[in-house]
Amino acid sequence: METANYFKSEMEFFIDMQRCIGCQACVVACAECETNGQESMIHVNYVDRAHTIQTTVQVCMHCEDPVCARVCPADAISKDEFGVVHTANTARCIGCSNCVMACPFGVPFKQEKYDLMMKCNLCYDRTSAGKKPMCATVCPSGALYYGTREEMRHMRPQSDPVNHFRFGHEMVNTKVNIMMPKGATVLNVHE
Amino acid sequence: MFSYHLNKKAFWVATAATLLLIALVFAGSRKLQNFDAALIAYLFGTVFATFGIVYRYTVWLQRPPTWLYFKRTWQILFSGRFLPYAWLFVRKSVRNIGFQYFIRPRGGKRWWGHFLMATGCMLAFAVTIPLTLGWIHFTMNPATSIHPESTNLYEAHVFGFKLFEFRLGSLIAFLIFNVLSISSWLVIIGVGLFMYRRFTNGGLIATQSFGGDWLPLVLLAAISVTGLGLTYDYVFLKGITYEFMAVTHAVTVIIFLVWIPFGKFFHIIQRPAQIGVYLYQAEGRRKGMAKCLHTGKEYTPQQHVDDLKELTQELGIDFNIDGQRSHLDYSPEGKRSLIAQAHLKARQESGRYFG
Repeated sequence: METANYFKSEMEFFIDMQRCIGCQACVVACAECETNGQESMIHVNYVDRAHTIQTTVQVCMHCEDPVCARVCPADAISKDEFGVVHTANTARCIGCSNCVMACPFGVPFKQEKYDLMMKCNLCYDRTSAGKKPMCATVCPSGALYYGTREEMRHMRPQSDPVNHFRFGHEMVNTKVNIMMPKGATVLNVHE
Repeated sequence: MFSYHLNKKAFWVATAATLLLIALVFAGSRKLQNFDAALIAYLFGTVFATFGIVYRYTVWLQRPPTWLYFKRTWQILFSGRFLPYAWLFVRKSVRNIGFQYFIRPRGGKRWWGHFLMATGCMLAFAVTIPLTLGWIHFTMNPATSIHPESTNLYEAHVFGFKLFEFRLGSLIAFLIFNVLSISSWLVIIGVGLFMYRRFTNGGLIATQSFGGDWLPLVLLAAISVTGLGLTYDYVFLKGITYEFMAVTHAVTVIIFLVWIPFGKFFHIIQRPAQIGVYLYQAEGRRKGMAKCLHTGKEYTPQQHVDDLKELTQELGIDFNIDGQRSHLDYSPEGKRSLIAQAHLKARQESGRYFG
């Protein structure tokens, strides 16, 4: 019951990749999460290294209708009643990489040495106990934030959280938000 | 609300498989002549489990991504490169099904625990299923059993045909008569290692469930302990708890059998699909890799991208961008970069990078 109450709280995840400075603190902190088996599940990469030093950060967006789960041939990925899309069930995952290649956000990792897909599960051991995910506790620039919408509104009055994304003709809705300019309702990735 | 829709195709396939099994019980036991009536409850459990497993497997195969891999595996295996792929199939089956070696890098204790449990279970299946179905039985060789001082020979029969004989008191006799006790010990040690992990690993404690993770371990332990009890009861206790052991062992085994299609144990049936993935990836790499439209780097076989395009269309997911490109033509790194660039563009157009 306690777990259910925490997850139905006002706490949400907000990403603002323009604030990412590529410090990798989140990458190191992520490996502290026990549900990952001490493997880092967060992505920090250069956007276009030939032209800019801009980096981007990506955690699992925990989609409303997760593409990763739909393309999984082994029924290894599930979404729970709190909207958290869990990493692959180790007993079922057959390491095919369908989810890795089909996730529109490029989130799941294929761990070749384990023949297993792994991904961020919102630090389930921490968030289910009312704590913040590891990455959000260490991010120094506010690119990753875990808190209430009210707190976000105070900190970023010129931005709105957006959780609708268009990839080609496909619209994807997520549990995690990206901070967009005020008034924006959707992020069109290919326009 | 509970609602269930009968999958007719799966129902008929499962019915056919079950009838075939029953026919094989009659044929293998020579019209029940060699069937051990004491095992009747186990037989019903096995027949029900067969129906359930085949039903669920057929439902599972009808999922578009599963069918894709199932179809491709057999296409690739029986393509023009049968020998190298058959060799890969055998190698990977021994390594990853027989020894579950892919678990080893996840942790030594974890692998030992799983290996011991799986080996114990597979050994026990190999003995008990043919025994339950009446396919194997043992008899004394009458010619060597008349005189007490003569060498007593025991005969093993398969499908009613004598397969081999062995001397009572020999090492092979000891191994054959005690194989289930040995497999019980393997399972008990494996279960112990897994339970220890589940008590001490914080990540597992956060995500585990009773039905999904603990019940299978408890059930395996119960089967093994009561199974050992059957033997040790008559060896050490003069059989005084035999009835209790026999009933509890039968109950736990039958629960295990009928639960296979519904719970964690279904992964035993699913796991061979991993071998198909190795074939699929090997053939895909041979045909050529796809290059990400953003990073320019190879990221997965082109066949995989093409299959995913078809699969997502079939599932009603449309990543098509402009008729030429698809979001699937980008690697995971490329996709993340595209999102960041789109985000930057939106920020630039608003006139503020932050805020």
